[in-house]
Amino acid sequence: MRGLKELTWINLKLNIREPVGAFFTLAFPPLMVVLFGAMYGNDPSPILGGYGSMDVSMPGYTAVILSTVGLMNIPITIGAYREFGVLRRYQASAMRPRVFISADVIANMLMTILGLALLVLFGWLLYDVRFEGNVLSYVLGVIWCGLAIFAFGYLIASLAPGARTAQVIGMVLFFPMMFLSGATIPMEILPESIQNIANYLPLTYVVNLLRGLWFGEAWRDHILAVTILAGILIVSTTCAARLFRWE
Amino acid sequence: MSKIIEVNEITKQYGSVQAVDGVTFHVEEGEIFGIVGPNGAGKTTTIECIEGIRRPDSGSVDLLGYVPWKDRMEVAERIGIQLQESALPLRIRVREALDLFGALYEVHGDSQVLLDRLELADKAKAMFGKLSGGQKQRLFIALALVNRPQVVFFDELTTGLDPHARRSMWDLVRQIRDQGATVFLTTHFMEEAERLCDRVLIMDEGRIVALDTPEALIRSLGVERRLVFTVADQWDSQSLVELPRVDRVEQIGERVVVYGSGERFASSVVHGLETSGVDFRDLRTQDPTLEDVFLSLTGRRMQEE
Repeated sequence: MRGLKELTWINLKLNIREPVGAFFTLAFPPLMVVLFGAMYGNDPSPILGGYGSMDVSMPGYTAVILSTVGLMNIPITIGAYREFGVLRRYQASAMRPRVFISADVIANMLMTILGLALLVLFGWLLYDVRFEGNVLSYVLGVIWCGLAIFAFGYLIASLAPGARTAQVIGMVLFFPMMFLSGATIPMEILPESIQNIANYLPLTYVVNLLRGLWFGEAWRDHILAVTILAGILIVSTTCAARLFRWE
Repeated sequence: MSKIIEVNEITKQYGSVQAVDGVTFHVEEGEIFGIVGPNGAGKTTTIECIEGIRRPDSGSVDLLGYVPWKDRMEVAERIGIQLQESALPLRIRVREALDLFGALYEVHGDSQVLLDRLELADKAKAMFGKLSGGQKQRLFIALALVNRPQVVFFDELTTGLDPHARRSMWDLVRQIRDQGATVFLTTHFMEEAERLCDRVLIMDEGRIVALDTPEALIRSLGVERRLVFTVADQWDSQSLVELPRVDRVEQIGERVVVYGSGERFASSVVHGLETSGVDFRDLRTQDPTLEDVFLSLTGRRMQEE
């Protein structure tokens, strides 16, 4: 894995230097707290079992941020790299594909976790959001969900010829899931018909798992979600590895 | 001298286009070897099969004892590649790129030495996207040299550069060879191949048209020399055919081209002109070039740019 450390470090720096990417990973999370907080507030509500809207939404916002990175940032960046010949330049050197992908995953994961820390920090400062789980368990949950979503992002990147197509595919998948999976609008206030659709959206399982861990439930209470995410991770990784093209 | 690259009957087809059609040659250690030919001749496909980036449909390549597309990483450690078209992330800085690429190899040189050598030291902190075409090209050469390669591949190194930058690239390529590397390049500039290469492979439509030193290729055309000058419009130049060592004379308007042979050809013509008392200007000799070799072997002109 020669060069992994160096490429990861460069990717982190490139992430921060890229204004659009940096906005979505670092500025967007606090912005979500401010905007949704202004809309819903955090007053305890009987529909939400005595919790406030912001309390129950933090895991959902986490899912949204994981999705923007996985379904938008990753495919678009890789698509652009392929289009402009950056991947060709890497391929012509002694860079092994697994080093390239690992460095990209690690850098994106670190950036996302940093963004999520800002999300929680703002939620806590502005709305005193309640966290009832175990920090380590929640972070592991974030990583597990992130790996599945990122793997799907690399699959999109492997299928799409360029940055534009990657962007379109990412958006088509991202926006419906953002609103229908309980990530931004609490599932409890959605009509039953939409709740049924939500059962078919992968992001729903991300939201369910993260919300469970946020409120201190055990991993074994979410076997279905964990298994579905494992399936997405394995299938996406296998397909992406087969379909990946440097040019 | 030993063979460092051996290419045997390689072919590569893209759809219905036969890009490379049975090409066989070898490259000696320490030489500057060039493939020259028009766009679409199969130069890039050939060089990329040798680098191991592509796999030919049939035929074999031996590079430093390896099969390049199978032993990709062993080969990558020992060669340097400058691609015809490639890029880096727009916001990566010059020194970061050198450090990153260096870190990929088992053996690598010092980034600062390369920055100095390629005159990029004052651009070390500049982002890739802000560099000029020539600076980008120099950075790509630096990246190709970062692992102290035994063989360096340059694909269309000077395309898009101005004549001055092109000449300094030539000096650089000679330096790289003088420091012990073998250089394999492609170009569609005949002059570049002629000035730079020890041996030249002329390629057209996927096949080898000729392969030899530039001098030998030019000599193989025969020893016809040319003398060019301009005269007043109404003067009849045909009388020059009578002079010794002159084969034929062409005149288009004021411009006269005299064809002949022999060491004393030029002085014979000049003497004839002096005696006839005609007012001639801009006299110069024109030696045949690789351009003429290509023309005489394929019946077509190379397209420049």
